[in-house]
Amino acid sequence: MSNGKTFKLDGKNIAFQDGDTVMDAALRAGEYIPHLCHNPEFTPHGSCRVCVVAVNGRHMSACTLPAAENMEVDNCSEVIMDQRRNLLQMLFVEGNHVCPGCEKSGACQLQAVAYYTRMLSPHYTHFFPRRTMDASHPDIAIDFNRCILCELCVRASREVDNKNIFSITGRGLNSYLVINSASGKLGDSELSASDKAVSVCPVGAILPKHVGYDQPIGERLYDNKPISVVGDVANANNRQDNGND
Amino acid sequence: MKNIESFITGLLTSAGDMPEHLLQHLCAIQQRYSYIPGNAVELLANSLNMPAVQIYGVIDFYTFLHREARGDFDILFSDSITDRMLGSQSLLDSLCKILGVEPGLPRADGRVTVDVTSCTGICDQGPAMLVNGMVVSALNEERITKIAELIETGTPLSDWPQSFFIVEDNIKRSDILLNDKIINGSAIDSLIKNDSDTLLTMIEQSGLRGRGGAGFKTAMKWRFCRDTDADEHYVVCNADEGEPGTFKDRVLLNSFADNVFEGMTLCAGIIGAKKGYLYLRGEYRYLLDALDKTLQKRRDANLLGNNICGQKDFDFDIEIHLGAGAYICGEESALIESLEGKRGIPRKRPPFPVTNGYRQQPTVVNNVETFAAAAKIAVFGADWYRSIGTSESAGTKLLSISGDCARPGIYEYPFGVSIKQVLEDCGAEDVQAAQVAGAAGSTVPPQEFDRNIAFEDVSTGGSFMVFNQQRDLLDMVQNFTHFFCHESCGFCTPCRVGGSLMKNLVDKVIVGHATRNDLKEMENIGLVMQQSSHCGLGVTAPKPVLDTLEKFPDIYTKRLANRGFEPAFDLDAALEESRQITGRDDPEAHIEYEPLLNAAEQDES
Repeated sequence: MSNGKTFKLDGKNIAFQDGDTVMDAALRAGEYIPHLCHNPEFTPHGSCRVCVVAVNGRHMSACTLPAAENMEVDNCSEVIMDQRRNLLQMLFVEGNHVCPGCEKSGACQLQAVAYYTRMLSPHYTHFFPRRTMDASHPDIAIDFNRCILCELCVRASREVDNKNIFSITGRGLNSYLVINSASGKLGDSELSASDKAVSVCPVGAILPKHVGYDQPIGERLYDNKPISVVGDVANANNRQDNGND
Repeated sequence: MKNIESFITGLLTSAGDMPEHLLQHLCAIQQRYSYIPGNAVELLANSLNMPAVQIYGVIDFYTFLHREARGDFDILFSDSITDRMLGSQSLLDSLCKILGVEPGLPRADGRVTVDVTSCTGICDQGPAMLVNGMVVSALNEERITKIAELIETGTPLSDWPQSFFIVEDNIKRSDILLNDKIINGSAIDSLIKNDSDTLLTMIEQSGLRGRGGAGFKTAMKWRFCRDTDADEHYVVCNADEGEPGTFKDRVLLNSFADNVFEGMTLCAGIIGAKKGYLYLRGEYRYLLDALDKTLQKRRDANLLGNNICGQKDFDFDIEIHLGAGAYICGEESALIESLEGKRGIPRKRPPFPVTNGYRQQPTVVNNVETFAAAAKIAVFGADWYRSIGTSESAGTKLLSISGDCARPGIYEYPFGVSIKQVLEDCGAEDVQAAQVAGAAGSTVPPQEFDRNIAFEDVSTGGSFMVFNQQRDLLDMVQNFTHFFCHESCGFCTPCRVGGSLMKNLVDKVIVGHATRNDLKEMENIGLVMQQSSHCGLGVTAPKPVLDTLEKFPDIYTKRLANRGFEPAFDLDAALEESRQITGRDDPEAHIEYEPLLNAAEQDES
């Protein structure tokens, strides 16, 4: 299946197929490359940059980097881990992420990747942006404070749900997620709780209502095993949906 | 509002009703109504069959498009560092004061808005402003007073003194490109007499490299594009000259447009394109009418259109697309996104535009100067071009020179000219630094003035700004970091967030609150941005900080607070909201914050 082609990830041989990115091949081989905006079900995006790896001294995002034979990919050196931690700290100070009070705590990919890269503090000066919550929808709430602009909901709504409910507007640090409805409110949109867009959010921005703290802290996805072992939030949601978790 | 409906229906009929026409329609609506009204968005959403949020996403991305009405006179001061050095900020203050208007907000009667915008490319004749898209150059207090009067009396722009709108070419030194123009059609003749393979080889042997700054070999780009099998091929001329301090394309488009269009036609003949686009930055809208007329003349002369110069099946035409205030659209894949009517977010690469460009078809994107040079090479040959410049950098380069010098303007030099020579020619004295290649370029100190302008040494897309010893280079650094923050598209984390963190730290240095630790922090953020950003903007954005930290450390260290740690915020300012709420403003409601700058200076002495 791999036509015998391989590249090296931290010295380990990884088989790949034509058209694979480094991320595709690593995921298939069960190797973990930290990531947030990537989800193998969707077109790679390359915006969070957390999957940064080094190839011949050049830093690139693994999710958009085509795999090539004999490539030597550095996925876990101190330099790379430092850089990822810096990027995560940037994401933390950009929004308002209050882990202890967040319903997603313990099952949040941002938090889990931060633990994985041994992030101990946000380090940078907080921007404390004024953002809102939208609880107008009967089944789903959205807290813009926690959005990291990964555009997974945008892609899922467009590519899978065929609804185009989410979109990004603004520019630079003023970029933000918006809802496609006459009032701009989620309640006026066609979003439904079973939409793909609802289950792909890697953080606590898009949350189902009526199930607050259903799963006790201590028993959540990343509470006992690191993200490098249990994988993405969206994956876990898929497993739950299929009833085989 | 009925007339908006008919206006939009007219646009859709005359200019097209495909999604890629969106940005052009929005530019037209903005120009006509001074904003994009909500019902216009609805109409467009229905006609172009796209969600309204997507249209708002485009409006919010481009700084020249607005959801709220601007004034009848929409004034934008160019906020490039060279405009500032010529006094633009005090002129803006004067105008706001005379007109009684707050920067950025329309006056209550809707008459006028006064705001700033990134470099408008009039740096050699600044300070400059745009009034409803028209350039007013050489501003001074006298002009400002007159402008205020014209605004108060509601005088239409057509009745303003025409001398206000003069933009000189200002060519101070010319060489093979600017010495003369080719006879219209002569490059196309050369293509027809030889054949496309011969011409491509000629371009290859001339050693021509892209003039936007990156220096990719032109012939190689054209060959990749030609050899990609596809339904359509496109030629795109990048006239989104947004790098602060660059204005050479303004001159080429003003006086050498035929050469540029001829170069595009040549490229089309070689790669097999039927359609070409000139992506003209919104700031150069004032050149649009003349450019359209030139295109029409070329159609009339059978230099564009069907069966060009009588050659069967040589069909090619050029359309002009306007930008709307987004520096990032100078990046070729963002430019293509913008050409398709979308937000100018740079694409993932690979694939590159030569194989997957406009509408995913193979596309050549070249700089204005590159096309002009290619046309000349087709006429005069590879050896003629090759004989000038250096072995790595053939031919000449247009430099846009501004800042502290006696003779700012356009200088055409053979590649390999030393920075020292350039400074001497433009009459720069007592120079502290030359900023070569714009905000994204290098800060060159006097001990490096023997270095040369060439791809293999100091490479530049054309910007060359001079700073004398009296200038505080930190003002330049601040201007550039604010510029990059404003122009970041916001797609990737390091540029979007890192850029803002960097900006805030530079501001912290300026107000005298920074410590050595903050300088280390700036280096660290800069490295993250350089190494992990999605596109060239994020990679180059920290350069002004990193360059000056290395080469001009004094501009930072002399402003450091004499403490190991300083809070990132101003304690007293943080209390402002509480003061507002409690209605207090007595001394007890303030925290005295001694400026630490003096303390630091005393320590040093």
